[in-house]
Amino acid sequence: MNCDHCDKPAVVHEIVIKGGDSKEVHLCSDHAIAAGYPLPVEQHLADIFPKLGSVAKVEAAKSKERSAKCAACGLTFTIFRKSATLGCPACYDAFMPMIEKVIESAQDGATHHLGRSPVGGAEIERVQNLRVKMMRDLEAAVAAEQYERAAKLRDELKALDSPSP
Amino acid sequence: MSQPFSAAMSQVGPDSDVVVTSRVRLARNISGFPFISRASNPVRQEIMRVVRRAVDQSCNGTDHDHGMRWIELQSAPSRDRILLSERHLVSRHFANSDGPRALALSSDEHSSIMVNEEDHLRIQFLCAGSRLSDAFKEAFALENALANCTNFSFHPRWGYLTACPTNVGCGIRMSAMLHLPGAQIMKETDRIKRAAKELHLAVRGYYGEGSESIGDFFQFSNQTTLGATEDALLEEFNGIVLPRLIGYEREARTAALARYRSRIEDIVFRSHANLSAARLLTADAATKDLSRMRFGVVMGLLPIELTTIQRLLLQVQPAHLSLIDPRSLESEEADREVRATYVRQELMRSTKDTK
Repeated sequence: MNCDHCDKPAVVHEIVIKGGDSKEVHLCSDHAIAAGYPLPVEQHLADIFPKLGSVAKVEAAKSKERSAKCAACGLTFTIFRKSATLGCPACYDAFMPMIEKVIESAQDGATHHLGRSPVGGAEIERVQNLRVKMMRDLEAAVAAEQYERAAKLRDELKALDSPSP
Repeated sequence: MSQPFSAAMSQVGPDSDVVVTSRVRLARNISGFPFISRASNPVRQEIMRVVRRAVDQSCNGTDHDHGMRWIELQSAPSRDRILLSERHLVSRHFANSDGPRALALSSDEHSSIMVNEEDHLRIQFLCAGSRLSDAFKEAFALENALANCTNFSFHPRWGYLTACPTNVGCGIRMSAMLHLPGAQIMKETDRIKRAAKELHLAVRGYYGEGSESIGDFFQFSNQTTLGATEDALLEEFNGIVLPRLIGYEREARTAALARYRSRIEDIVFRSHANLSAARLLTADAATKDLSRMRFGVVMGLLPIELTTIQRLLLQVQPAHLSLIDPRSLESEEADREVRATYVRQELMRSTKDTK
């Protein structure tokens, strides 16, 4: 079928209902664009592109994971994956969020240290920083419907409030 | 170190019928240094210097004076390194690996610090019997003393930082070496191991990580180190898990004796006869028979002191045997012969003592 306005083949086929009357519309790509219709190919691509985008994102995250490197000691995440041993204290921050997953799965889902700390003065600051971070994590966990994690965080916050024996 | 009897491994303590030794080990790293896997030999030397200075300042000549000796393993004779590993003061890996590394060891051999193992410091207290609370207090007393002289790597969220991220938080490993012949006879060992895994405990053999169980000896230790206080972890392990394991083994022993008395007596007395008559004996064979005799002793079947069995369990190990008679190093046959002769003499003497 050709376009209503020229001899080019129609790519958009619509039934327009106006005031009780229905009317068929057949348009070529040029006239469809001019009339403001989305082209079927574009619709098709629009369906695909978000998926392609997310695949690309996962790939990018993986490649970022692979290429992650500790600026302090030079250890790469790939080497860590093989040896299971970190290179220096700074690796803990350099390999976030991957390291978080490793620790939480090894530690039965625990997310924060609740034990002793080296210096008394740092303790107050630590607890304050920890409290803010844990509350934020808790909110995020609830928002993401990660209820197990949220429950764990809530318990840990409670434990933080109760004076240690 | 050449004294054969001072080690915790050859003594007895509370609940020694089941619990051979208790140990608390704390993993710590010095701030401002890479972990061991990224530390060159000069850096490892520097770490050793920092730790040695901290040990000298914090321990010797103070309230925490344990008469700490400093043993550099890379230059120590091979026999000394094996002696330390047979006493469970260092891991086999640490005894045999390369690079600058040291052990600070108290005169009673209860407190020690492995330097440049997986972490810069492994502060430990090892003692006979079920004394985890004591071991906990002593290990932290030493850790506190050292913390006054050096800074340990610490993260506001993850706690004490360790080379292996699965040890972060409290960096504490509490372990108990248990003797489980009752569970073995009642075929309950696998069930206990499964239950232990569900409780996030690691179950290992006689020489710890990667070793086989010899003579029904199993080492149980906690794996959770994050998300709870040190006291809570101790309470869970020492107050709940360990008494249950001890109770379970004692029940299994009573049940085994009620059901298979002749069979158990046969095993125990044959082992005694075996060790009293053997002319050639390997370390593993001696350990197995001594384990069976140990069972007989704690069940009141054999009139021998438990301390004798504990001491022999240590002395039949190759390096300890060579302390008694260096001829054991000459050949494999000489090693077996010296061991058989020594065990025979000791058992004869201990039987006389009790008569």
